[in-house]
Amino acid sequence: MHRKTAQLLIPLLSIMSALAVSTLIILIAGRDPIMIFEKMFQGTLGSAYGTGQVLFRTTTLILVGLSVALPFQVKLFNIGAEGQLQMGAFAAAMTGAMLPPTLPSLSAISLCVVAAMGAGTCWAILAGVLKVRFGVNEVISTIMLNFIAQGLTGYLLTYHFAVPSTVHTSPVIDAAIIPSLYSVTGFFAKSPANFSTLLSPCVALLFWVILFKSRFGFEMRATGLQPEAARYGGINAGMHTLTAMGIGGAAAGLGAANILLGYKHYYEAGMTGGIGFTGIAVALLAGAHPLWIMLSALFFGLLEYGGLTVNAYIPKDIFMIIEAITILLVISFSALGKRIQQ
Amino acid sequence: MGVAVRLSGISKRFGNFAANSNISLSIEEGTIHALVGENGAGKSTLTKIIYGMLQPSEGEVSIQGKPVNFTSPRDAINAGIGMVHQHFMLIPSLSAAENIMLGDEHAGMFQRLPLKEIKASIQQHALEFGLAVDPEAMVENLSVGEEQRVEILKLLFRNASIMIFDEPTAVLTPSETEHLFATLRTLRDKGKTIILITHKLDEVLAVADTISVMRKGEITGTMQAASTTKPELAQMMVGRSVLLRVTNPPPSPGETVLDIKNLDFCTANGERKLHNLTLKVKAGEIYGIAGVEGNGQSELLQALYGLLPAGTSLVGEASVKGESLIGKKPSEITLMGVSLTPENRLKHAVILNYTVSGNLLFGRHRERSFHRGIGFNSDVLNRYTNQMIADYDIKCSTPATQPLSSLSGGNQQKIVLARELNRPNISLLILAQPTRGIDIGAIETIHNKIIEARNKGIAILLISSELEEIIALSTRIGCMYKGAIVYEFTPEEVVLKKNSEHEFKKEIGIHIT
Repeated sequence: MHRKTAQLLIPLLSIMSALAVSTLIILIAGRDPIMIFEKMFQGTLGSAYGTGQVLFRTTTLILVGLSVALPFQVKLFNIGAEGQLQMGAFAAAMTGAMLPPTLPSLSAISLCVVAAMGAGTCWAILAGVLKVRFGVNEVISTIMLNFIAQGLTGYLLTYHFAVPSTVHTSPVIDAAIIPSLYSVTGFFAKSPANFSTLLSPCVALLFWVILFKSRFGFEMRATGLQPEAARYGGINAGMHTLTAMGIGGAAAGLGAANILLGYKHYYEAGMTGGIGFTGIAVALLAGAHPLWIMLSALFFGLLEYGGLTVNAYIPKDIFMIIEAITILLVISFSALGKRIQQ
Repeated sequence: MGVAVRLSGISKRFGNFAANSNISLSIEEGTIHALVGENGAGKSTLTKIIYGMLQPSEGEVSIQGKPVNFTSPRDAINAGIGMVHQHFMLIPSLSAAENIMLGDEHAGMFQRLPLKEIKASIQQHALEFGLAVDPEAMVENLSVGEEQRVEILKLLFRNASIMIFDEPTAVLTPSETEHLFATLRTLRDKGKTIILITHKLDEVLAVADTISVMRKGEITGTMQAASTTKPELAQMMVGRSVLLRVTNPPPSPGETVLDIKNLDFCTANGERKLHNLTLKVKAGEIYGIAGVEGNGQSELLQALYGLLPAGTSLVGEASVKGESLIGKKPSEITLMGVSLTPENRLKHAVILNYTVSGNLLFGRHRERSFHRGIGFNSDVLNRYTNQMIADYDIKCSTPATQPLSSLSGGNQQKIVLARELNRPNISLLILAQPTRGIDIGAIETIHNKIIEARNKGIAILLISSELEEIIALSTRIGCMYKGAIVYEFTPEEVVLKKNSEHEFKKEIGIHIT
């Protein structure tokens, strides 16, 4: 009981204190915090378009959050979601642009999504292989792989695939576009929210089932908690390292599909905009729990888009500070919580 | 002689749990005062209060007649109290002398360290108390016994007059234990007060002057060592009379199950840990391996259970019922009917954050009978959990949600044994230190279950550093020294020599050192 309440209370407390600190920062910046928060609310949940935008961002964040959370359960710190996103997005863009325009929509989307997930998986498993075969710390290797992904997509874009005099590839075929929620239901006023939004909670649920309800997850969590005991228990720890990274990478690939197939429709330099790193914060705030990640992603989705909506009144940088402070507070609070429980 | 430590009405509560309740105790100056009790009886909490690591919820501590209120160990150290922890607090890459003066360097921040003077004072203490240690030696090259001497020298260097020893013999060989006791007696004779925490009753009776027994956070009695007996102490500790010796009916060994021939084990940096090790274990017998830790027991376990560290070379043969174990994975070895309870329970046998029933399942989760769909059959699991809890007298309230870490060591070990002894088609059971750190009461249950398994015709390989346990359970005893079985006692010899246990222990002791 005591533990459960602490688990709930700590993220709440950290969010509350983050809000308090951000109020203070806004005051120091010489703006009216109440007006800012009001504008923020109107721009996000206060309007259909804003809600759609928040949902769109939340979707990507759920998926990249999961891509960090699953390896986290095996005590692997996947910093590489950003690189996995870029590779996934690029693969989806390439596939989507090369498909014959007559292809039926379902197969076109499926092929592009599989390409995105495959690229994300490969990129993540690379770090897993380096860890299992050569003992390279996954933090270092995923950071390096981020740089490589950045460089590789950048090079391919600039020198080979960019539409002349632009910084993006040619768009995917129409059949490969994931329809927006607006185009089918009429809700969310032309916002980029698309059908991936409905998919992402299912993925979170699937991850939860895998982790906490399956034999596979039983072994995987044991590997994360006590790797040596897992060996004694006849569990192949290396295999779990690879699959956790691989499945995580696939989730990041799905996140890329949401952005590329659901919104941009072509690959553009810098289109992922560091959302892979925000995914780390999402996973941390949720304690790497797949179901809590949905809430935590919503919070960061609100913050991300909310920052944009009040751009005219206060610099977006302030909201970067708020995000970062929230992460720091979460980490400090959970350390504090552990000390209290002892 | 005055009173060194006086505790009056000490209570310490953690939430609703009272680790110590209303403890009053006087520890005389210049005596060896032992605190005995089962795990969780509150010994550690009490010593932590004396050492300033914890503050009492109620009550008063006075040192040498003066009431004190320690807020940190630093206060206790200043008041002349020192503690030798069970796990030594030394820095391996510094020399003995550097470790001894660490934190009390007798020099300002930017002054030269007075190494020469310090070494001289160490030598003097060493001579006086029989604590021979080379002050120049790196701590990482010292034996466990020597490391302990460094810890004691540290206290002498700080002029501690009250010394607390937490389970000091847990890591020592029989001869090192003798040596330590001699040192303790010398310290006492020079006027130091020794507080000794242990659960080994033989040792307490051998070295202590006064004994206080603790149970469930209270002191159940304090008496002179000379006027008490082991069964009396055991009863006070557990709260009921305890069989100190399990009834061990004559075994009826069958065919050879485990056959190890000329096993050689070489680590990655070329150290030979097993030398031509040869032994056989038959069905329905317990083969006890007696030996001081670090003589190849861990390596033997690794070799038998497919857990070789990278770079190890293994030569020789080990087979179960004619089928070789070498080169197989743990999961394959399990399927051959081999079951293992590892030496280090917390690290290797359980997942502390998993529930009680999750731990009863862990390692056996590949058995089909527990499966349903992609997960586990909770009905089967619950039935099995309840069965094991009843059979092994495991004390827990909600096995399906309670994390294993909330259980006592004895109950954790019962869970491991329950799980391993009940594997289907088991023919060989390897038990390493099955009762380490476990209460007398729980040891009784565990020993009975081991005998029961033997009677069912399971071959059992028992590795233990507790000679008492080896003698009480084994059919045959192999003495392990430097990676080989150097001597083997036949079943007849074991039966015969059991009658004079003390002599038998001495004889085994000669073979293992």
